[in-house]
Amino acid sequence: MIWDLDFALLLFMIICAIAAITVRDLLHAAVILAAYSLIMTVLWSEMNAVDVAFTEAVVGAGVTTVLFIAAIARTERSSSD
Amino acid sequence: MRENVVIRTISRISVPFIQVFALYVIVHGAVGAGGGFQGGVAFAASFILMFIAFGLSGVEKRLGKKWLMVYSIIGIAIYAGIGFLCLAAGGNYLEYGAIESAVGVAHLHGYLIDAVEMGIGITVMAVMVSIISDVMDRDGESP
Repeated sequence: MIWDLDFALLLFMIICAIAAITVRDLLHAAVILAAYSLIMTVLWSEMNAVDVAFTEAVVGAGVTTVLFIAAIARTERSSSD
Repeated sequence: MRENVVIRTISRISVPFIQVFALYVIVHGAVGAGGGFQGGVAFAASFILMFIAFGLSGVEKRLGKKWLMVYSIIGIAIYAGIGFLCLAAGGNYLEYGAIESAVGVAHLHGYLIDAVEMGIGITVMAVMVSIISDVMDRDGESP
């Protein structure tokens, strides 16, 4: 556990989480969620939970992003409210 | 995107490596990180990359979309079959040592663990690919 790296990663993760729910364009939100998943992967593997990190990388950054983008392509891209 | 030669070439080169890595994750799952679920999702991710690069209909025709459900049934049948074989050999569900002591082959439980992981991987791969190919846009009827 490196304290500085942990702090920076958690800060970036919180910034990504806030940005994903405040951005107007849903495609941008999906890509920001992929970045959030990537930071979460580094955090899990830094906490010695390699199995969870693997699942997060494969499912969170891989399949979920494609599912979100495929769902956005069938609906409206930007939210109206 | 489909006529972009860079995307097609890069995905044609990288898809076999992704699939070999997924098989490595499945087989190596008993002793290290990973396992059936992660390897199956990684294997499905290679097909998703093919969907993005080469278009949905051509890859589905090559993959045989109606076989995906058969693959998922085969995978879950391997899992449940080995589990009930352990019951028949006198152990608990998925207690591989019962089969090993009943048959008398040394280190059989390692191979049984690998077979169960492969069953999980086949099921996860088939279900993930079928979900993605149902959600993604068709070529002609995009909204």
